[in-house]
Amino acid sequence: MGQITLKNITKSFGDVEVIHSTDLTIEDGEFVVFVGPSGCGKSTLLRLIAGLEDVTSGQILIDGKDATSIPPAKRGLAMVFQSYALYPHMSVRRNIGFPLKMAGVPRAEANKKIEAAAEILNLTDYLKRRPGQLSGGQRQRVAIGRAIVREPDAFLFDEPLSNLDAALRVNMRLEISELHQKLKTTMIYVTHDQVEAMTMADKIVVLSDGNIEQVGSPLELYRNPQNLFVAGFIGSPKMNLLAGGYAGNFNAHTIGIRPEHLAVSSDHGDWQGVVGVTEHLGSDTFIRVHMDNEILTARVNGEIDVQHGDHVFLSARPEHIYKFDDRGLAQS
Amino acid sequence: MARAISTKRKVILSVLAWAIGFIIFFPILWTFLTGFKTEEQAITSPPLFLNFDWNMSAYEAVQRRSDYLKHFMNSVVISFGSTLLGLLIAIPAAWSMAFVPGKQTKNVLMWMLSTKMLPPVGVLIPIYLLFRDTGLLDTRTGLVIVLTLINLPIIIWMLYTYFKEIPNDILEASRMDGASLFNEILHVLTPMALPGIASTMLLNIILAWNEAFWTLNLTAAKAAPLTQFIASFSSPEGLFYAKLSAASTMAIAPIVILGWFSQKQLVRGLTFGAVK
Repeated sequence: MGQITLKNITKSFGDVEVIHSTDLTIEDGEFVVFVGPSGCGKSTLLRLIAGLEDVTSGQILIDGKDATSIPPAKRGLAMVFQSYALYPHMSVRRNIGFPLKMAGVPRAEANKKIEAAAEILNLTDYLKRRPGQLSGGQRQRVAIGRAIVREPDAFLFDEPLSNLDAALRVNMRLEISELHQKLKTTMIYVTHDQVEAMTMADKIVVLSDGNIEQVGSPLELYRNPQNLFVAGFIGSPKMNLLAGGYAGNFNAHTIGIRPEHLAVSSDHGDWQGVVGVTEHLGSDTFIRVHMDNEILTARVNGEIDVQHGDHVFLSARPEHIYKFDDRGLAQS
Repeated sequence: MARAISTKRKVILSVLAWAIGFIIFFPILWTFLTGFKTEEQAITSPPLFLNFDWNMSAYEAVQRRSDYLKHFMNSVVISFGSTLLGLLIAIPAAWSMAFVPGKQTKNVLMWMLSTKMLPPVGVLIPIYLLFRDTGLLDTRTGLVIVLTLINLPIIIWMLYTYFKEIPNDILEASRMDGASLFNEILHVLTPMALPGIASTMLLNIILAWNEAFWTLNLTAAKAAPLTQFIASFSSPEGLFYAKLSAASTMAIAPIVILGWFSQKQLVRGLTFGAVK
């Protein structure tokens, strides 16, 4: 079981409060991603759950039991660190087996578990090596192996892929998702990469400045961002946000339009502008259109023939225009 | 990054490096050579380099006049004893400062170092009187205590820098893996810090072995280590250069051999942190 509940959690370092009063429930078996820009408190929140930091106030419940003052070793959680944090002086076998040794599992049984984990993670041929003799991807797999042999109630991942190169990151992302489907154990995953969040999560928790901005499934956040922060953070390329007169026409303080919802035309449309940079991705084209004081990005399927300096018209269907009030909250 | 270095430059730099190495090594070489001269040959002018009549008369004289083994054993007990006692105190101290630092940790470190800035002669009289009153004069125990205290700041500083290099993530990982504090220290921290502990130990043994101020001032006969042994061959009159050299060679030989065999460890220890 791995249900985790945060009740009114706060965390301060000295006089600075980095996590403001936070409530959150993570259901058993869920894949939850904490996402936000660096410094938003997502790693701190994870470390509070792990027990590596003490909460300043509030309560952490694991499966309904108060775990607030239980030391990390006894919470039944496993963690994978950004830096892998492998024991450099131990072989891969001993690294993976370390939690079992600490738990006093008999050697024969431990070996069986280590080999089973190595099998899942394609590490069987590397059991005798030291971490220093492995590639980044292999090291991260050892770190995951060390986490799964314990059969924890929940896995905590602290930006596990940010030290890997782009191609490997996509692979490992799939591997972790597959692992979740296989094990069906609760996973909490911290990242600053909204693509990782969108592709992996059952539930995304968007954080900013120590506050939870919104909690929901990836598509919920994408379709119905509750505020400007979430609207701007989720989605790539970013949502276009327009204030002033543009928004005034829609009775809003700010309006937001996703790049894929902008239609580009050479002769008619709601807004007129001049083409700046165009980015050709093959499957899509991103066009930066300069209007008075504003730059909009439009995403067009396939290829489109526009040149730098061309005059174009942009328009969007009314149901695709997000409206926000002067506090940045979504208007219905 | 490879930089193009011309052959000429390489030759000049090599010659220069060898020359500097030779100059540094020269006093030891000269001491070694002088030990094999007679007292008369030792003071001839111009000095004889290799073309003298090699003989063991100085060594024989040294052996006749004093008990090398007794001094040697005293040196071993004092240098190893003070080092082990120092490590016993310093490991927990460095540990807590590196991993659970408080607001005053930096100041404590500076304060400890400041004790090394005090000239030892400034506290000679009080310490001498304390030793006299507690019966520690001319005892190995007394010397172990005083050398431990004198080298403690350096041991703590060295270990502290070592422990600082151990990533906190790895310790946290062991906590997440279910390790108690004891197991974290035994299975994760100590093995990772072992090279650092070893080189700290080695450097401290060398420092204690060659420490002369306190060993000369606080001992007379019973607990006298090899420094006293060397000093006993220096006299205000008569010829003593060859005997002094022979005694010095005998005194430093064990530590030079120890240093030679653990060279790799020592160099790594002293330059640790400078290059990652």
